[in-house]
Amino acid sequence: MFWFLRRGIASLVMLWVIVTLVFMSIHFVPGDPVELLLSQDGGSADPATVQMIREDLGLNRPIVEQYVEKLKGLASFDLGRSMVDDSSVSAEIARRLPRTLELIGLAALISLVIGIPAGIYAALHTGRTFDRVASYLAGFAQGIPVFVLGTLLILVFSQMLKLTSAGGFVAFSQAPGKHMGLLLMPSLSIGIGLAAIVFRITRASTLEVLPLDYVRTARAKGLGDRRIVLHHILRNALIPVITIFALQIGSLLGGTVLVEYVFNWPGLSGMLVSGVNARDYPTVTGVILVISALFIGLNFLVDVLYGLTDPRVRK
Amino acid sequence: MSIAETTKKPGLSISGLNISFRNKDGWTSVVRNLGFDIAPGETVAIVGESGSGKSVTALSVLGLLPQQSTRIEGSIRLGDKELLSLSPKALKALRGNEIAMIFQEPMTSLNPTMCIGDQIAESIIAHRGISKAEAKVEAIRLMEKVHIPSAARRYGEYPHQFSGGMRQRVMIAIALACKPALLIADEPTTALDVTIQAQVLNLIKELQEEEGMAVLFITHDMGVVAEVADRMVVMYRGDVVEEGTTTEIFANARHPYTKALLSAVPQLGSMSGSSDPQPFAIYDINTGLAAEASVLKSTVDTSEILLDVKDLSVRFPVQQTILGKVTARVHAVENVSLTLARGETLAIVGESGSGKSTTGKLITGLLHPTAGKVEICGKPMRSDTRQSLSRSVQMIFQDPFASLNPRLTVGRAITEPLRIHKLATEKEQDEIAASLLTRVGLSPDIAKRYPHEFSGGQRQRICVARTLALKPSVIIADEAVSALDVSVKAQVVNLLLELQQEMQLGFIFISHDMAVVERISHRVAVMYLGEIVEIGPRAAIFSNPVHPYTRRLIEAVPVPDPSRRRDRHKIADSEIRSPVRPGDYVPPARSYREVSPGHLVQDAGPEWAA
Repeated sequence: MFWFLRRGIASLVMLWVIVTLVFMSIHFVPGDPVELLLSQDGGSADPATVQMIREDLGLNRPIVEQYVEKLKGLASFDLGRSMVDDSSVSAEIARRLPRTLELIGLAALISLVIGIPAGIYAALHTGRTFDRVASYLAGFAQGIPVFVLGTLLILVFSQMLKLTSAGGFVAFSQAPGKHMGLLLMPSLSIGIGLAAIVFRITRASTLEVLPLDYVRTARAKGLGDRRIVLHHILRNALIPVITIFALQIGSLLGGTVLVEYVFNWPGLSGMLVSGVNARDYPTVTGVILVISALFIGLNFLVDVLYGLTDPRVRK
Repeated sequence: MSIAETTKKPGLSISGLNISFRNKDGWTSVVRNLGFDIAPGETVAIVGESGSGKSVTALSVLGLLPQQSTRIEGSIRLGDKELLSLSPKALKALRGNEIAMIFQEPMTSLNPTMCIGDQIAESIIAHRGISKAEAKVEAIRLMEKVHIPSAARRYGEYPHQFSGGMRQRVMIAIALACKPALLIADEPTTALDVTIQAQVLNLIKELQEEEGMAVLFITHDMGVVAEVADRMVVMYRGDVVEEGTTTEIFANARHPYTKALLSAVPQLGSMSGSSDPQPFAIYDINTGLAAEASVLKSTVDTSEILLDVKDLSVRFPVQQTILGKVTARVHAVENVSLTLARGETLAIVGESGSGKSTTGKLITGLLHPTAGKVEICGKPMRSDTRQSLSRSVQMIFQDPFASLNPRLTVGRAITEPLRIHKLATEKEQDEIAASLLTRVGLSPDIAKRYPHEFSGGQRQRICVARTLALKPSVIIADEAVSALDVSVKAQVVNLLLELQQEMQLGFIFISHDMAVVERISHRVAVMYLGEIVEIGPRAAIFSNPVHPYTRRLIEAVPVPDPSRRRDRHKIADSEIRSPVRPGDYVPPARSYREVSPGHLVQDAGPEWAA
């Protein structure tokens, strides 16, 4: 429990550091949000109007004051309002976050379901046909950029086979079947690359565990192959898989932007990119904060998983 | 022969066994025409050095050798069952059930992610098909049987919470789970401390008597053989060279190799009456005749003190509160004082956790002491003198395979210290490497080759050459011969003694092997939980051990003489205690008394009262 508390405090400190860094960097990047906003209509903006809007948004106040204001807002879970259209940042994140999460979730599921069994099977039969073909495919899959794979999927499944539309989004509540159909292709284009990584790590770490003394002990006990693989090999081999997998998932939290663009999927990454383009400070800090919190949460989950798989880290 | 109850358990019978491994050039024969029988209740030991084929034989009985790359011919029978023709399924039903095995490395032989109890229970479930709950009850009973204290509580604990000796007990419990007819023990005590070794050997014997099973004991340790085996089979490079009852072979070995092996085994007590070290007699494996052992002249010059260590302590925090207050510390070394004269060998003996290796590291400056001082040749070791003083103190490590960088040629490895201290030009380095290799008994031509081409003994010679590069006055040998085969061990020890003769080196010889220590040291320091409990001239320590711990240590050493088997009931099941102490622990003030000139003994604390 003590460990839990320490982790909690450390996480909060980390979040604060991230907010501060993001706040500083976005404010020091050249480009004024108001000028960008007004210049969208063409021509240079009227200085008086700019001044007025800046005052309205509180941008003319000293930066320290803005920073304190920001922290106060965050402490009460208020992410502020967008400078572009005055909509609530929290509401927009709440709308888009689930879409990104389900994308990542499905991709993760696909990669684990393919990668782990294939990795173990390949390691148990090294050098055989399956191992060689799978290793080759994994190298190939890891090498394809996600937008190329996505475009290929669109070409094959929606243009040639006409199985699904090329992209877009429909809420689950309106048309569950259509929703899942549209979700599948972007998830696949992420999941295949991820499966290749999971496959490789699982294969490598299984190969490392196989010759260990305790596997020999298990065989000397006369246990069945299934039990040896599941209870003695898999559990020990999974430890590095968990580490790499969590890092990959973490980087996906803000990194699905390419897939979101290719499949026109209105997720969190797209929101972040347009927020940065418009120097929309509240949107940018809000999205990054949520992503960081998720990342920290994910790491926390990984530690718990570690504890469950490896008793040596439980203290 | 000790057979308590000869139930209907079958015995093992091996005949005409040939094993070959496939490598890139075809088949290599590793065991040739092996044959022996083990009756129920009997213990047969296969004895041999690395590469003799003894472990391969054990694995072949269990069918655990890799199938694609192994060829096995001959016959292995358990009762009337021919094991070599069994289907994989039948073999699986046999393993862990009728034949069980314990391995050398208790630290790695258990699955770290599964609790101890389940690892015992799963074997019972696999072969008896009983429920989980019943298996748990049975597993706890087995844990009690192998003397694991508070078994029920420890059922759910994991391997990392068990000491090496306790883990080996768990392995024995797993092996006994289904009351096997044959137990194969492959070097089961080699990785254990000597007092723990005695307990584990004792346990195996006790259980064998209860169960009436046959035991195949694989070992390189003649002391262990004398202790446990009824009969023995001596193997050399895949061939059986001699076979017979243990008593017979120890009394009257016929084959030259057996003779060589037996004479290479140091016998505790063989050195009484002499104060100087004595080299091992080296026997020719083909003739069995001893080479002329050179007589050593005394090298000790007490007028020059090479090393003076006073009140040395080092503690490591192991547990802290959130505010950084230390709540537990390892008191690794506690108030250690010792001196080493020119040409003298001081042995530091003790079991795991006694702080002997840490003391060595403190002396070389690899670790910084918490308190106390180290003086080398009269100069105190400080942060500004460490670099220059390190030239005078060099170290040899235990594992010759891990202590040479695989990417450095032998020559570069030997001369690396010279480059670090910028003492020689490239050309000089080549000359120095060549002369050092000659000095340690290797050909100077090997300087261009890489470590993986050499055997363990050769590598250890290379390591010795490396320590000599800086012309040190003190060499710290940390278990430097512990990982070597007996015959190689004898050669390396002799090399060290020769070097001492030539160069009047001072040695700190850190070891857990009492017999080797008796052979080569002038003085001995016994360490226990970070403290020196007894120190003095070697002859005094071995002939008149005073401290209870020294006595226990000497008593636990297996005697390579089957006629002097110990009374097993005297061995207490005590664990080696841990030097981890609470944060506010104040070490008790210790006093020493002088038993005879130079022989100091710590007054035993109340913990030794019993």
